[in-house]
Amino acid sequence: MIYFNAFIFSGLICMLGQIILDNTKLTPGHITSIFVVVGTFLDVFDIYDKFVVWAGGGALVPITSFGHSLCHGAMAASSDQGIMGLFMGMFDLASSGIVAAILFSFVFSLFFKARD
Amino acid sequence: MDRVKYKELINKYNVKENRLYNALLALLAGGTLGVLGQLLIDIYTLVLNIPTQDAQVFMSITLVFLGCLLTAIGVFDKLVALFKCGLIIPSTGFAHSMMSSTMEYKREGLVTGMGANMFKLAGTVIMMGVVSAYFFGILRWIFLGG
Repeated sequence: MIYFNAFIFSGLICMLGQIILDNTKLTPGHITSIFVVVGTFLDVFDIYDKFVVWAGGGALVPITSFGHSLCHGAMAASSDQGIMGLFMGMFDLASSGIVAAILFSFVFSLFFKARD
Repeated sequence: MDRVKYKELINKYNVKENRLYNALLALLAGGTLGVLGQLLIDIYTLVLNIPTQDAQVFMSITLVFLGCLLTAIGVFDKLVALFKCGLIIPSTGFAHSMMSSTMEYKREGLVTGMGANMFKLAGTVIMMGVVSAYFFGILRWIFLGG
């Protein structure tokens, strides 16, 4: 059942993005930015955590989960250490994706050439 | 040529995209990636015997790896042309944007090329994410106490 929920949640977010892309003049960069902001907003009242429980990996694959993990780390640290925790804990959870993307794209670009 | 005639001429050569078809393809691709993510989490928890929290991190690293590898061998660009947002919205799109800008500026050198241009497209996601997370974090810290 969780596979079905994952399909529905992740697919609907992508479809929403595609509909926005087709009917407005926004670029893909705008759309990913909008979804990141939506993800951070949904984490303020712990709504996104319910989505993660409901859809499992389906809620962690779209870019909204990047905003969710940024906000989640920042708020978890701020409840411990006060306002300075926002600076210290922002990348606690989100760093894995960024570090992986930097490392892999550096290593692969040493071996592969751009084709056009 | 006056404006009306020009618009008619442009419209004749504009390819009209089938929006419903695009949306359904995006639904299919995004949904498949979501199922793949959940499948990877289950495999990691069952086979490697690690807690779910770590499996989720491994899953996102795996997807970023796949996005980088497919972009590097040139398959991902063809897939994006077909599925569009179905592959851009998931975290593979984040990896794709970094990988393609790094590869494109490779010949300009290690520092001024790759280093300076790596976050050319992905930087907007990080900036918007950090700024909005900070803003919402402060609001929550003030009103709800963290």
